[in-house]
Amino acid sequence: MAVTVKPQTAPLDVARIRADFPVLSRTVRGKPVVYLDNAATSQKPRQVIDAMRRVFEEHNANIHRGVYEFSERTTAAFEEARAKVARLLNAPSEREVIFVRNATEGVNLVAYSWGRENIKPGDRIVTTVLEHHSDFVPWQQLAKDVGAQVVVVDIDDEGRLRRDQLSAELRKGAKLLAITHTSNGLGTVNPVKEIAAEAHAVGATVVVDAAQAVPHTPVDVQALGADFLVFSGHKMLAPPGSGAVWGRTALLEEMRPFLYGGDMISRVTVSMTEWNELPWKFEAGTSSYVDAIGLGAAVDYLTDVSLERIHEHELSLVGYLLPRLGEIPGVTIYGPKTLESRVGVVSFNIEGIHPHDVATIFDREAVCVRAGHHCNQPLMTRLGVPATTRASFYLYNTIEECDALVRVVHAAKKVFGV
Amino acid sequence: MDDMYRDYILDHYKNPRNFGELEGATHTYHDSNPLCGDEMTMQLKIDDGHVRDVHFVGKGCAISQASASILTEEVKGKTLDEVKAIDRDHVLANLGIPISPARVKCALLGLKALKGAAWGLTAWPGEEVKAK
Ligand SMILES: Cc1ncc(COP(=O)(O)O)c(C=O)c1O
Repeated sequence: MAVTVKPQTAPLDVARIRADFPVLSRTVRGKPVVYLDNAATSQKPRQVIDAMRRVFEEHNANIHRGVYEFSERTTAAFEEARAKVARLLNAPSEREVIFVRNATEGVNLVAYSWGRENIKPGDRIVTTVLEHHSDFVPWQQLAKDVGAQVVVVDIDDEGRLRRDQLSAELRKGAKLLAITHTSNGLGTVNPVKEIAAEAHAVGATVVVDAAQAVPHTPVDVQALGADFLVFSGHKMLAPPGSGAVWGRTALLEEMRPFLYGGDMISRVTVSMTEWNELPWKFEAGTSSYVDAIGLGAAVDYLTDVSLERIHEHELSLVGYLLPRLGEIPGVTIYGPKTLESRVGVVSFNIEGIHPHDVATIFDREAVCVRAGHHCNQPLMTRLGVPATTRASFYLYNTIEECDALVRVVHAAKKVFGV
Repeated sequence: MDDMYRDYILDHYKNPRNFGELEGATHTYHDSNPLCGDEMTMQLKIDDGHVRDVHFVGKGCAISQASASILTEEVKGKTLDEVKAIDRDHVLANLGIPISPARVKCALLGLKALKGAAWGLTAWPGEEVKAK
């Protein structure tokens, strides 16, 4: 399997980047940690930790409420974080960025608020076998509740979406297309722009799960042509508890709030309530504002390094790892075998060793990988395996860490005598 | 030397004892751990309150399979009441390896299926979940 990368941009100064991440210098049982579980969550740079610490130490107060200095400063930092996210996504307006706790909450917001008003009995919801449970279960349950139908588009044997099947299903009619931009299980990147155009041509609304895309590649919501897009902050250097839904103003304006309570109102009487304006209409209660401010700092960090370069860096690691891993007898790699339209996720199995045993043996060498179904049970069923072992890269990973991974694969084989 | 993947654990994994469908089973219970995809069926042939024979059919990680295999060796000949009294600490001690918190479920899947069979359960109490 020959894979090569043609770098378009200057390589990353990974040593310098690593110095920003305190946790990466830790050891586990005396061994330097090799963190290869970035699709699950990312580590945090000092810049993000400091931004959050500064709020607590210098001006913490509830947002949108106080008329005193601390509250105004915290509110300004929170809204500045929103502006940073809007710029990152090239959103036409900051009002289209709604802070939520994570991608899952984002999909649920859309499913409850937009979905319950718009999906009618008999409607078709088209989705894919690549979806994370977060972008599948909410639609499956919505369909059950309203009597709609969920259609699941398959992949080919390299883990790429069956475009022919997707087009055919869209042509039969669809009210909604729920599609992952990038697969967390296989690393496949879907051609969302073309697909969104096709979906719009049949009148479908397009929800994009970009939880594995926004952290790793430039994502431009206007270029993609999506209607809603969700992601989580914790996978992109920001704290857990941060994340966002982007949606088109026209859709968001029409939607009812998802959660009711404080902050999302403009006027309440005993008999009625007027909703606040966008985006606050969807942000009931005290937001995780410190997390959101951390997300803003993470966006700064990623844009300073450049997402194009991060993406190329990850591909160079995949290009290095794939042939070395693939040539080991008994190793099966799932997903794309070339670097085209993929990210730094490598899912594999070692014949004769269950992924959990693999991960346990890796752990003793301080190599952190994910073993399991990755919240992708329909995908695992499609692949015909109960689980896989998954290594996933980020900007701070190195070629040496790829070598460490290959070494522990050999070690696991030795322990099991396979 | 490996702490967890000792030779006897790997031997039980690769050559599971009392493995396969048990003909004439009187008690059968199936359980699974969807998180890892482990599957486990325990079958007992009970006669006069004693375990005359026991088999299991399973697939999954080395820990779940070895633990079940070791368990079947132990319960053969025991009374049903003795089987019902086996507890998790006993099974973990019997395995003889350190089990990290994340793997305890694997180590105990065989016991869970065995208890389900011994008590004649159709579903584990509290787990009579219905698919939604
Ligand atoms: C593609 C994809 N979608 C959604 C999610 C859900 O993210 P969260 O758990 O942060 O809501 C994940 C996380 O693993 C993911 O990889």
